[in-house]
Amino acid sequence: MRLLEYQAKELFKEYDIRIPDSIASKDIESGRKDAEKIGYPFVIKAQVPVGGRGKAGGIQKCHNEDEFELKYPQVLNMTIKGEKTRAILLEKMSEYEKEIYLSLFLNRSKRCYTIISSAEGGVEIESVKNQTIREVGLGEVTKKVAEEVAKEIGLKENSIPHFVDILQKLSKLTVEKEAELTEINPLVILKDGSMMALDGKMMTDDNSNFRHKELAKYQEKTELEKMAEESGFSLVELDGNVAVIGNGAGLVMSTLDMLTDNGGKAACFLDVGGTATTESVYEALTLISKMKNVKAVLVNLYGGIVKTSIVASAFLKAYDDKIIVLPVFARLMGAESEKSKEMLKDSETKLSPSIEEAINNVVMEVNK
Amino acid sequence: MTDIFELLKGKGSEKQPVIVQGITGKFGTRHTNLMIEYGTNIVAGVTPGKGGQKFEDSVPIYETAKEAVDATGAKISIMFVPAKFFLGAAKDALEAGIKLLIAIPEHVPVQDAMKTIELAKQKGAIMIGPNTPGVMIPDLIKIGIMPASPFKFGNVAVLSKSGTLLYEISNNLSTSGFGQCITLGIGGDPINGTRLIDAFDMVKDYPNLDGIVVVGEIGGDAEEVFAQKIIDENFKKPIVAYVAGRKAPKEKRMGHAGAIVMGNYGSAESKIAMFSKANIPVAKRPVEVPILLAGKMEKK
Repeated sequence: MRLLEYQAKELFKEYDIRIPDSIASKDIESGRKDAEKIGYPFVIKAQVPVGGRGKAGGIQKCHNEDEFELKYPQVLNMTIKGEKTRAILLEKMSEYEKEIYLSLFLNRSKRCYTIISSAEGGVEIESVKNQTIREVGLGEVTKKVAEEVAKEIGLKENSIPHFVDILQKLSKLTVEKEAELTEINPLVILKDGSMMALDGKMMTDDNSNFRHKELAKYQEKTELEKMAEESGFSLVELDGNVAVIGNGAGLVMSTLDMLTDNGGKAACFLDVGGTATTESVYEALTLISKMKNVKAVLVNLYGGIVKTSIVASAFLKAYDDKIIVLPVFARLMGAESEKSKEMLKDSETKLSPSIEEAINNVVMEVNK
Repeated sequence: MTDIFELLKGKGSEKQPVIVQGITGKFGTRHTNLMIEYGTNIVAGVTPGKGGQKFEDSVPIYETAKEAVDATGAKISIMFVPAKFFLGAAKDALEAGIKLLIAIPEHVPVQDAMKTIELAKQKGAIMIGPNTPGVMIPDLIKIGIMPASPFKFGNVAVLSKSGTLLYEISNNLSTSGFGQCITLGIGGDPINGTRLIDAFDMVKDYPNLDGIVVVGEIGGDAEEVFAQKIIDENFKKPIVAYVAGRKAPKEKRMGHAGAIVMGNYGSAESKIAMFSKANIPVAKRPVEVPILLAGKMEKK
């Protein structure tokens, strides 16, 4: 899961990585109390699970109550790159000399953790110059390695021990919480050479959630996502009007790509798992029926082990049970496709022999 | 380098013995039957607590992989154990002397996968997966959960991150006259026992190899590293690629644990650019793959 800044910072605090005074809130009433505690001036920071919020206006300086009353609701109601603000972090402004970059990430091709650091931070990682990259295996970063990185990025003597301390703590956090990424950007150097994490980003391994009950409180799931999880599906909600269902992540992504290429807009990505069954397709249609703004459903199933006629019966059942009234455009690949076609002949489900044809039909339907 | 073809084919006329860890679960049972039906030589199963029983009245079940390996001499194991118990079961298999571990389970924690890979390296073994549909040589051996119908024997190697896209694209290849000498699922997880480049090393020297199809998807940099290797080794046989997830939003996991774009890391643009640098055409749709492959073969 992707932790919000304030959540990552709570963990930083727990691991004794210095952060500025800050308090998170979800409504203006609590925000007002936080503002009193922190004291002006401070920054209002939108908590969104996506990068680039600064440019989008999600970080605002605030010098007095009038500004607060104006800016707090403004930032709280913001949508950045399709993501609504989840919370607001009020944070004391800090005076510092320099911004640097530090992260630990799971290096997938080298199959180990890797440190990235640079004396030039504060911009998105793609724009960070003079990166020092160091592979560190499966374990925690040793003092020796941390010192080498500190020297390589050219830190002054008085900052080195602080950097080593933070990097070691960050690696402990990364390994213990089974994170795929922990990033401090910027990590700032104060006048006395000490350091503080001004921002925090963490991505944990969802597959290790069962070992991390302590992180469960950070899990923010919509009702639909919860439903999908209970059925063993993967759901990503999007802002179009065609619900995309398929079996297998690659196949659903591929369907989404082709739909978009042809001018369609997906309302969701719904992967029912590698093997499509009557139950899974019925449950998927039930889930779709609860989504807003969906005008049509696009289904791409690669059968193989399960006969398509078995899957076809799920559509019929969904209409009979009045679960769904939307038109469905489907391509069912596999055994007994002729029989399936016959079964669905008079229903709201239009079968196509190819996914391309199904996509053309669904795009025509939603544009009519 | 272990010769995957030799390992799968065995020597002489005896079919390679394979054990199944987690043979009595619903999923394990179903696919064990399908593998037997395909002709795979399943010699033993492992399910703790069910040692001494028999699977479908014929395949003996053991308590541990060690007992199963001691009794059968198998070097290959396919795993259907729940993700939570994966690490323990994988250790059991590798300690017992298994040389090829086909790890089917999805949702294995990344750190457990990394620990398994470390141990496999020490033991001179290979893991394919986790979250792989498996590996097969059409008409000879199927160790995995893929349906039989999309695959035909031939001389093209198909390497895929995705399961159903592997079936879809192999089916397109088969109907266009491109059979497969091997099809191998890399897996959709962030950490793979057999990376795309490792799979390439396994197949590149296959004597009758006519070409390779790579089915990639967003996330990580396996495709980029693969393309660089093709450039570095000046590999000349035809290669065609497909990349799923061109239109997926950033920073969202698209079904597979590994299918996520962080910044530019893992983006389809980055992969397509590298493929193009290596002179590997990238299909926009799965049906284009055989067309591009035929084009590549003509030019050769």
